[in-house]
Amino acid sequence: MGKSVLVIEDEPNISEAIGFILSRDGWRVATHANGVDAVEAVQARKPDLVILDVMLPGRSGYDILRDLRADAATGALPVLILTARGQARERRLASEAGASHFMTKPFSNAEVLEAVNALIGA
Amino acid sequence: MVSLNVLTAVCICYGAFLFLIAFAAERAGRQGRSGWLKAPMVYTLSLSVYCTAWTFYGAVGYAARSGLEYLTIYIGPSLVMIGWVVGLRKILRIGRSQRVTSVADLISSRFGKSNLLAVAVTLIAVVGTTPYIALQLQSVTQSFAIFAAPEGPGAVADTQSLALWVAAGLAAFTVLFGTRNLDANERHHGVVIAIAVEAVVKLCALLAVGIFTVWGIGGGLEETLARIDAHAALGQWQMDNGRWSGLIFLSAAALLCLPRMFQVLVVENEDERHLRTASWAFPAYMIAMSLFVMPIAVAGLTLLPEGSNPDMFVLTLPLSEGQSGLAVFSFIGGFSSATSMVIVAAIALSTMVSNHIVMPIWLKMQPGQGAMVSGDVRHVVISARRVSIIGVLFLGYLYYRLSGGGTALAAIGLISFSGVAQFLVPMLGGIFWRGATRVGALAGLATGFAVWLWCLFLPSFGDGVVLSQAVLAEGPLGFGWLRPQALFGISGLDPLVHGVLWSILLNALVFTLGSLLSFPSPMERLQGAQFVNVFQHSGTPRSWSGGTAQSEDLLIMAQRLLGAREAQALFQDEAGRQGVKGVLPEPSADFLLRLERELSGSVGAATAHAMVSQIVGRAAVSVEDLLAVADETAQIMEYSSQLEAKSAELVRTARQLRQANETLTQISHQKDAFLSQISHELRTPMTSIRAFSEILRDTPEMTAAQKARYGGIIHDEALRLTRLLDDLLDLSVLENGQVQLALAPVRLSEVLERAIDATRSDGAEMVIHRDRIAEGALVETDADRLTQVFINLIANARKYCDAPRPELRIAVSAEGAAWRIDFIDNGSGVPRDQQAVIFEKFARVGEQKAGGAGLGLAICREILARLGGSIAYLPGQGGAAFRVSVPRRSAKAAR
Repeated sequence: MGKSVLVIEDEPNISEAIGFILSRDGWRVATHANGVDAVEAVQARKPDLVILDVMLPGRSGYDILRDLRADAATGALPVLILTARGQARERRLASEAGASHFMTKPFSNAEVLEAVNALIGA
Repeated sequence: MVSLNVLTAVCICYGAFLFLIAFAAERAGRQGRSGWLKAPMVYTLSLSVYCTAWTFYGAVGYAARSGLEYLTIYIGPSLVMIGWVVGLRKILRIGRSQRVTSVADLISSRFGKSNLLAVAVTLIAVVGTTPYIALQLQSVTQSFAIFAAPEGPGAVADTQSLALWVAAGLAAFTVLFGTRNLDANERHHGVVIAIAVEAVVKLCALLAVGIFTVWGIGGGLEETLARIDAHAALGQWQMDNGRWSGLIFLSAAALLCLPRMFQVLVVENEDERHLRTASWAFPAYMIAMSLFVMPIAVAGLTLLPEGSNPDMFVLTLPLSEGQSGLAVFSFIGGFSSATSMVIVAAIALSTMVSNHIVMPIWLKMQPGQGAMVSGDVRHVVISARRVSIIGVLFLGYLYYRLSGGGTALAAIGLISFSGVAQFLVPMLGGIFWRGATRVGALAGLATGFAVWLWCLFLPSFGDGVVLSQAVLAEGPLGFGWLRPQALFGISGLDPLVHGVLWSILLNALVFTLGSLLSFPSPMERLQGAQFVNVFQHSGTPRSWSGGTAQSEDLLIMAQRLLGAREAQALFQDEAGRQGVKGVLPEPSADFLLRLERELSGSVGAATAHAMVSQIVGRAAVSVEDLLAVADETAQIMEYSSQLEAKSAELVRTARQLRQANETLTQISHQKDAFLSQISHELRTPMTSIRAFSEILRDTPEMTAAQKARYGGIIHDEALRLTRLLDDLLDLSVLENGQVQLALAPVRLSEVLERAIDATRSDGAEMVIHRDRIAEGALVETDADRLTQVFINLIANARKYCDAPRPELRIAVSAEGAAWRIDFIDNGSGVPRDQQAVIFEKFARVGEQKAGGAGLGLAICREILARLGGSIAYLPGQGGAAFRVSVPRRSAKAAR
């Protein structure tokens, strides 16, 4: 068994923290640090869930999300958006782009676990 | 008995006396003692040129023939003077503000400074005035003949040569005093005073004869009145209403339209307020002139032999009673009346002829040079006037010879009146109706003049002289409705009233229709507004705006017309007013207008306009003029210009507000973006800190190595937060200009050393090439701040240089008063599209590598701005290259 997650996040420390938490919960964790080829990474790995940072080098998380939603293969993929910008505007942009869930940094670890498990329906 | 020689001597002496008076007046005027010359009474007396020899001799004859009808000739002008002061003032004001030189000038000026119209008016005036001058010559020769009669018919055998001598003498006088100064607006003081004296002389002469008639031979007032009553023809108050009103209208019109009346009434007027005195004094003068007409006429009819010429009763009555002295006095009175009229008429006509006919032709004959001709134009103008004067008098003489002097004096006078009365239509129409146009004025004048010629002038030569008896009775070629004295079949009217009625009526009709059907030119609209609203337009007519006029050319031209001294004074005055140094003012619109007005005093409005436009190079009317016309009055113009100014101000304010708003919006956007960035930069390390501290707290089973690693991450991220806060504070201080600089001389090598030492621990190993000799340069700056800049640059190189073996070359060179320090590494450099933004806050290139907040270069830029230097990215150096420039001596040292 084991659900797979792809963490797309350019801050290595944050990736590592999320990876540590989800691994302990039984996830297979993969990380990706770049916006430019993030969509290809998702298509290649076919994860059960994507955790996506908004401010990525090379490409905005929202653009990546829109591409994923436009593709039939990833159209229904649960995507958890992470952002360091906390305004209400960001939340609206995220839901418009088709985010499954939205979280503001800094988050609590329990919150993340709760969110990913809710998204996967387990 | 007075011999002819004595009489001639008297004439010559009187002429010399007038010369002296005129000369003295001119001298007094030049010496500034002209106060009394400008008295309102002098103005009033000068108006008496209205009373010519025709009035002096002819009124009695008129009374002897037609009873009280002679009074109409006095009633008309009196009514105008008393009842129409407002209208007269308007004409005077227009005359002054437009510097009008003649009635032709007034009409031409009103209708767009049309020279064609001026020529038409001039020609009509000449045709209308010539018989009148002939009349004066005739009366003088006749009066001579009266004295000569007892000596036998051969004594004045050649009356015509006598007339010639009189004409020549008058021409000499007029030339001498009438063309002394060029500018008609400088006025002819000498002439005016001579005329005023003549006015007194003729009044006294007539009063003396009158008193002699009533009390000397008539046996007192009562007896005289009784005799008048008893006289069959004169005793009855026969009033032909039509003829009376026709004559009153005619004489009223004559006061305004006769060139000589316009000359004394408008051109020679010194002060508008004189009109107030004249409005009662002039009618009073005329009452005095007419007082004894009736008694003299009755006495002449009863005492003198049957068949005596009633026109000469004034002379023959005292002569028959043996009063030679009184007769001579009376003769002088008549002589005065004749000469004053001829002199003023000649001046007025010559001004018109020279300004509107001779000068334009002369100017046209100067090919390619126009107003800029060499030589003294003034001389030409004066010569033109002199020739015109002589010409006008010669014409009068010719008319006298051709007409044979046979007709009754009064008849010619009235026909003359009705000829020039045609001017009344364009004159009044022009100053009261803005819709009047040049086409209308021309067509109306032509029509009126033609009718006048046909109905009045040509028949005046007598039956069969010019028009045959048949034409008079049957009409030309049998067209009955064109009979000169019964146009359109309306017969039974007095021929004079008939002619006046039709000519003025048709003139007015054609004038109105022509004006309504034609479209006025801009200049006409402009002048129309100026004339009709002369009291509102206290200012000047607008017609020039700027242009490429050369002031020097204008001066050259003005000197020729006004005289060197006057022209230079005018230019200097204007230069002073404009605040320009030297003699030449800017050819501003105002100045050109002023100049044109000054010149029009010399050569008339149309010619002056043409001359100025030749130099200014542009005869068209400007947009400004059109606006001036479009707006009804000066007040509206002013009001609208105020509104315009206000609206322009509003537009400006609105633009400023819009700009301010844009700036504020931009600042607001920047602030939002900045806050968003800061939020991101703060939240990112805090996310790591929180996540790992929760992991440490919630995960009991953890290796010591893991604990140390996660503790280390927390520590690093905490440091990163601190650094970020430090940078933000630093940037804030720098941006607000609150930074304190500790300026001191320091060697660049020292600063670089400190910077390299401080960055030694960060990042990868890197070879640094330096130029020790150049680094010895001294710089006066804040060493700590400069070190901060260098640390940033070196640290960036260490962090971002992606070469396998990173190298950094630091080069120092001189650039004027500054030192250039270049930091060039051997990495891949900053992509072209990013080079512009790297100095902006939070700009980071490429992947996050060392956790910088993206404030470093922004801080560097701020620091160098404070130090009076600069920092820039240096493209094309193979790797990332930054050039720092610091002044050797800080300009901010003083601060």
